[in-house]
Amino acid sequence: MNIHEYQAKEVLAKHGVAVPKGMVVDNPDKAEAAARELGTDVVVVKAQIHAGGRGKGGGVKLAKNPGEAKTHASKIIGMTLVTPQTGSEGRKVKKVLVEEGMPIAKELYLGILLDRQSSRVMIMASEAGGMAIEEVAEETPEKIIKELVDPIIGVKPYLARKIAFALNLEGAALKQMIPLIMNLYQAFIKEDCDMLEINPLVITKDDRVLVLDAKVNIDSNALYRQKNTLAYRDLAEEDPMEVEASKFDLNYIKLNGNIGCMVNGAGLAMATMDIIKHSGGEPANFLDVGGGADEEKIENGFRILLSDPHVKGIFINIFGGILRCDILARGVEIAAKKLKVKIPIVVRMEGTNMEEGHQILRDSGIDVIVAEGMKDGAQKIVKAIR
Amino acid sequence: MSILVDEKTKLIVQGITGREGQFHAEQCMKYGTKLVGGVTPAKGGQTVLGKVPVFDTVRDAVKKTKANATMIFVPPAFASDAILEAADAGIELIICVTEGIPVSDMVEVYRYIKASKSRLIGPNCPGVISPGKCKIGIMPAHIHKKGNVGIISRSGTLTYEAVGQLTALGYGQSTCVGIGGDPIIGTKYIDTLELFQKDRGTKAICMIGEIGGSAEDEAAYYIKKHVTKPVIGFIAGQTAPPGRRMGHAGAIISGGKGTAEEKMKVMRRCGIKVVKSPADLGKTVAKVL
Repeated sequence: MNIHEYQAKEVLAKHGVAVPKGMVVDNPDKAEAAARELGTDVVVVKAQIHAGGRGKGGGVKLAKNPGEAKTHASKIIGMTLVTPQTGSEGRKVKKVLVEEGMPIAKELYLGILLDRQSSRVMIMASEAGGMAIEEVAEETPEKIIKELVDPIIGVKPYLARKIAFALNLEGAALKQMIPLIMNLYQAFIKEDCDMLEINPLVITKDDRVLVLDAKVNIDSNALYRQKNTLAYRDLAEEDPMEVEASKFDLNYIKLNGNIGCMVNGAGLAMATMDIIKHSGGEPANFLDVGGGADEEKIENGFRILLSDPHVKGIFINIFGGILRCDILARGVEIAAKKLKVKIPIVVRMEGTNMEEGHQILRDSGIDVIVAEGMKDGAQKIVKAIR
Repeated sequence: MSILVDEKTKLIVQGITGREGQFHAEQCMKYGTKLVGGVTPAKGGQTVLGKVPVFDTVRDAVKKTKANATMIFVPPAFASDAILEAADAGIELIICVTEGIPVSDMVEVYRYIKASKSRLIGPNCPGVISPGKCKIGIMPAHIHKKGNVGIISRSGTLTYEAVGQLTALGYGQSTCVGIGGDPIIGTKYIDTLELFQKDRGTKAICMIGEIGGSAEDEAAYYIKKHVTKPVIGFIAGQTAPPGRRMGHAGAIISGGKGTAEEKMKVMRRCGIKVVKSPADLGKTVAKVL
């Protein structure tokens, strides 16, 4: 789950990580008041959306006085911000973070993430702060410091020191960096983060070390024990159809094509998208109905697929394991009748209770095209929507 | 021959008194797997499925039944603890079906398991089956057939797809291993490849991967160096958008890494026969045999 920058900073501050003073507001007058209250020579007005590269799209502005903060906020709030990460449609900005300006001496990068190869948490750091770490990795890989953390001992001072020295820090900055790295790791573990990226981490001209920007992703599997973080979920940042699907515990991701897919299992669902593409079509979505699906879940899945106006046909590809084909067929029958489906439906069913499933579809009187195997199914749906 | 599970496997099921746990325990038993017991804390002394004794702890179950394998059907919040309990009791093979275990739990579990004598398969996996001998997991038994193709996969239903194609063409399987769709899993491709390479009953290997991480690349380099048997590969998610988690917790292209294209390229370079279409898995394996 993604959270906003201001939320990430709240989370980090809870673990003793130094962040700039700031206030999140949703209108220009409040932005002006916030700037006045902060009282610094310069404040920064930052758009709060779930995407990076905000500065490039005009979502981050410096203000030299409260009046300017108000002007910037009035332009940013309500704007559709397009950044390299939002896609061309952009994101509507609802809130801005008004933050004290910092006299920056040096910008660093610090990231904590899971290293899948070693199955351990990895800390990545670099002196090349402020730029995308992927670019740094591409152009100057030697500038990236990587340290794996043994989960039994966590990040001890020696490890934090090792990183701080490798970043060529000294004096007051070095002293602050060591506990900061340890606290960031604590935050990562205690808050069940998937990823924590501080870019940049700044050293000010008066030798303070602070988190200037923070991106935090929370492990969705751990949300059951992160109730406070759950309140941070911003539904406006998610696709409305995906939000609707999540209510029924359906794994749905919207894509740009016109063939709706309903599949059981994530791997098969991806493979179904692939084979549609190989057959000359474009998948409209990823949808894994899961193993424990019942008639109601199938019906809701169908309704969500049909609510996408681009969908011209539906391909149902089921290899029954835990999910029985008869249950699937009954769900399809109910949905097709209730929703008065008029677009072509191709069904490929195999596995548990396949015969019963086919019988139910034949008896239902609904117009479905039956396919033998997934290739046949993909070809049939591509042909049917032409 | 086969790997990991066979006639000698004695299985217990952790979470056997739950609805899912009991249903699948019964399915495994019906297939012929030697189901010797189950574990549910505070339900010790009960009997389920007619004759299967339930124990309070894995240690008790192992002591009384000599079980050497466990299948875990415990909700995600408690599953990592169940894995640790099984490893502590010295069970050789731990198969965790549960999906949705927090990553930070698995970081600890992985560290502990690697220092123990146990092998963990999964989590978030369909399990392991050696057709005709032993089934531990949730896969539909009837699509399998005894034979000499070894299958390794991160996905459940996509494995069934491959198995279904092979069986339809008359080719059976030595063992099918669902290693799991999570970013941290106990047994990786490489570990399984090593077992298949050694197994005299396996003549060809079918390796099914998906986007996210670099496990398939690592496996490909391993194959080039150590595997002499023919390997047929497929990567799901060739059309998946970057930055989105495609159902499985581990199926995500992040920072431009872990794309299907990149994995397929590495696999091809390492001598694996990579099929572009999942519908071609069965016939491509058939061709090399």
